[in-house]
Amino acid sequence: MGHPLSSPEHARHALLYMWRIRKFEEAVEDLFGRGMMHGTMHLSIGQEASPTGMCMAMTLQDQITSTHRGHGHCIAKGADLTRMIAELLGKKIGYCGGRGGSMHIADVETGNLGANGVVGGGLPIAAGAALASKMMNRGTVAVSFFGDGAMNEGAFHEAANMAAIWKLPMILFCENNGYGMSSSTAKAFAIDDLADRGKGYGIPGVNVDGNDVVAVYEVAQAAVDRAKAGDGPTLIIASTYRWKGHSRSDKNLYRTKEEIEEWRTKDPIPRFISRAIEAGLLNQEQCDAIQNEAIEAIKAAVNEAVKAESAEPSGLLDAVFKAVSA
Amino acid sequence: MSDRMLTMAEAVREAMSIAFEERPEVFLLGEDVGIYGGAFGVSGDMYHKYGADRVLDTPIAELGIVGAAVGAALSGMRPIVEIQFSDFTAQAMDQIANQAAKIHFMLGGALHVPMVLRTPQGSGTGAAAQHSQNLEPWFASVPGLKVVVPSNPADAKGLLLSAIDDPNPVIFLEHKLLYKIPGRDPVPEGATRIPLGVSKVVREGKDLTIVATGIMVNKCYEVAEKLAAEGITITLIDPRTISPLDMNPVFESVEKTGRLMVVQEGPAQAGFINEVIAQLAGSSSFGSLIAPIKRLAGMNIPIPYAPQLEKAAVPQIEDIEIAAREIVKNWR
Repeated sequence: MGHPLSSPEHARHALLYMWRIRKFEEAVEDLFGRGMMHGTMHLSIGQEASPTGMCMAMTLQDQITSTHRGHGHCIAKGADLTRMIAELLGKKIGYCGGRGGSMHIADVETGNLGANGVVGGGLPIAAGAALASKMMNRGTVAVSFFGDGAMNEGAFHEAANMAAIWKLPMILFCENNGYGMSSSTAKAFAIDDLADRGKGYGIPGVNVDGNDVVAVYEVAQAAVDRAKAGDGPTLIIASTYRWKGHSRSDKNLYRTKEEIEEWRTKDPIPRFISRAIEAGLLNQEQCDAIQNEAIEAIKAAVNEAVKAESAEPSGLLDAVFKAVSA
Repeated sequence: MSDRMLTMAEAVREAMSIAFEERPEVFLLGEDVGIYGGAFGVSGDMYHKYGADRVLDTPIAELGIVGAAVGAALSGMRPIVEIQFSDFTAQAMDQIANQAAKIHFMLGGALHVPMVLRTPQGSGTGAAAQHSQNLEPWFASVPGLKVVVPSNPADAKGLLLSAIDDPNPVIFLEHKLLYKIPGRDPVPEGATRIPLGVSKVVREGKDLTIVATGIMVNKCYEVAEKLAAEGITITLIDPRTISPLDMNPVFESVEKTGRLMVVQEGPAQAGFINEVIAQLAGSSSFGSLIAPIKRLAGMNIPIPYAPQLEKAAVPQIEDIEIAAREIVKNWR
């Protein structure tokens, strides 16, 4: 794609996708509240700049692995909103035909290898995708999104080390939202700067303001260039914050109202709007129109998904294995 | 026809080499599979033949290795993973059971994982409890995994070729005592495939049906030969693929013999072989039984070290012989 401030079109894209993520998450919360969606949900409101900035440095063929808090990654990579909502509502046309739900949306067409219900689960998979890219000379990069909590999983260590020794075209993109469920990074790490972990694997560790879509794009593009040049992986630590709880059961007992309020003032969307207007790429009217466009897109997706046919249990047994072709 | 007698290690290597020649997307990764040739010598000289990129030595990181194989499989490659001992799959279980097994179903069929995970298992080497297990039920109880337990070189070759072709994750459990001994039957030249999910009737008799897995097939075969000389004839069935499981030959045979014995090396409790009993018990063939079903399996203990203790932990030929004789003589 390209730099969010490189043209009005790029600025529009950055803003539109951040709004799409925000409005999607709000719609999910609403569907939940109205009892239309079951299971659980992990909302990424407040974190929109990180996936948007990262994915603007990627091509459609570049791959991602995502997390339980994965709606944003999925949207930023270009997934279809109707099929996403339909999945959450257990509909046949949903990305997983109702078999996966919120935590398991994958989209082959946009290089999305899937969200993951296991913390750290996507990291070795992304390393493998990067290995395949290297073996097949495909020239693509694989980005694994994960949270700060995943950095203490063995999977992080094993994937980072393999990516480093084999110089794989991989990016380890940590959305450090300060908490692994209720455990703060202060409690879960004995280091202050998570990017220091890069040194342990012999790879660059880079910090970035995860609520600044421009800054995220810039470190992301540098990491993509490095990976595609054959110089190996980069660890990116994007500092951000989730405004909502970990999941629907969260009573926010582990953080203060003041802290949440403080982070709300760092909202990535108005921050980017100011930048884009300042740069003369968009005006206020256009920004409002982009917001409305996102709202309408989500509304249309919800309406279509609600009307769609429910997934049926028949055929479940036949869905376990891919049929062996003769 | 060929009369080549290969060991299982040779047969597995031959199957991998054929797949390497057939498909550029096939590669092998694992600990010490390269210049070392594999802990049990299975990859042998493949490193020299195919190079370090396709016979990929990995760090000691089972979770990462299997995860990398899953990611590569999702991206157009066909990895064969070697885990040095099946016991170490415990380290990799998230990628095996939560990722590889579930991706096709859970993600709506958009993606699939054409990966083979080969690993040696079983007791008899004096390596004690963390290097000697038979873990069939761990894998057979996870929907989304196919599980193969070859008992001889010819089957190992044909089944592995099919496993590599398969678009789904296949766990391939090789008994390490079989690696160095030739099988009873010659191994065909070329790329002869044996389909997954088809049980093999190893020999036919009229007095007793034995269903056995892996190395126990060989032990039961010896017993069947010996008892045949005494006029007791046995139908021996090797499921070969334990998931999906082909029970039809078992039903058919039990209807003829009226007696069933099942034999596995792994512990009896919640063992794979119990599935054979359960399916038989729920079938119309159950009515053909004239004897209680006999189960011979490992003791419910970790595999001990000392040779006399290790032997006592799993069924031996003598145990099988005694049990087979008893069931036929006591139930007429």
